[in-house]
Amino acid sequence: MGVEQKLANMGVVTTTLENVVNWSRTGAMWPMLFGLACCAIEMMAAQASNYDMSRFGMELMRPSPRQSDLMIVAGRVSKKMGPVLRRLYDQMPEPKWVIAMGDCASCGGVFNNYAIYQGVDEVVPVDVYVAGCPPRPESLIHAVMTLHEKVKTEKFKDLAEKYG
Amino acid sequence: MDNQLEPIVRKLQADFGATVEEFRGEAHLTVSTERIVATLEACRDQFGFELLSAQTAVDYWPKESPRFHIIYQLTSVTKNLSLTIHAPVNGSQPEVPTVSGVYDSANWREREIWDMFGIRFVGHPDMRRILNPPDADYFPLRKDYPLGYEEPQFSFNFDEIQLGKPNPKE
Repeated sequence: MGVEQKLANMGVVTTTLENVVNWSRTGAMWPMLFGLACCAIEMMAAQASNYDMSRFGMELMRPSPRQSDLMIVAGRVSKKMGPVLRRLYDQMPEPKWVIAMGDCASCGGVFNNYAIYQGVDEVVPVDVYVAGCPPRPESLIHAVMTLHEKVKTEKFKDLAEKYG
Repeated sequence: MDNQLEPIVRKLQADFGATVEEFRGEAHLTVSTERIVATLEACRDQFGFELLSAQTAVDYWPKESPRFHIIYQLTSVTKNLSLTIHAPVNGSQPEVPTVSGVYDSANWREREIWDMFGIRFVGHPDMRRILNPPDADYFPLRKDYPLGYEEPQFSFNFDEIQLGKPNPKE
């Protein structure tokens, strides 16, 4: 019979601010459209009604980096696209996360040559890697939910250190 | 060889010292790089080859010397003829006079050949890289350029390769 019980009976929930903020971030995580190759087709399928990513609060693909928290790099990144990718990443407001979708974005995939970055982690820091060529929509949804688990454990202290 | 093509090839052979090879009815001429501009001008103005349908290069290293061949594929739309002209280029300082004054479409193709093979075109109006990043210091279609770009990362050499990778920060 603590104060929580009493407050709960009155319709009040006590928690920490950290938990509320992290929960709200996972509840409306807006990914940025970054379709570079065939993975983008699976990304579109994941948003469409059959798989429907919006059930998990990740429905709004934003065409502008200013309005997004999450960058899904769907496809291979060529040496000339690298600076563009980095620029868009720098334009996203903090806190921000990156998913490397598919083998090409994760490690270069079959494109082991001079024109393609051997993993997008050479350009931007990556939080979740998705395997597959291309990954199925379930894999992408799983990746975003894995990221949500990560976001839920984040501390203000660490974010302050990370972003200054 | 085609009846219409035969006199053209013979004329080019006499005027520009071209050597001729024939394969399944198609002729290809080999001309020295000093005479390539004059040859193509003659082809365009006298023989009606109004289209440069392809221009590319081949690296025959280490089998042949000189190692590069620039290849000009000419087409005559009016006469329904096609002709291939080769120009061998030395590998130590590969330079060729530009034909962008003869065929405008050679402009970007010569930029691509410079980009991929590192063959400079003397007199070209805009000799920049066209496909690769402007600060690249390699010529990827040369035969001595490594075929793969990076050694594949397996469990036994994971750490070794990881050390060499760039690791971006926030």
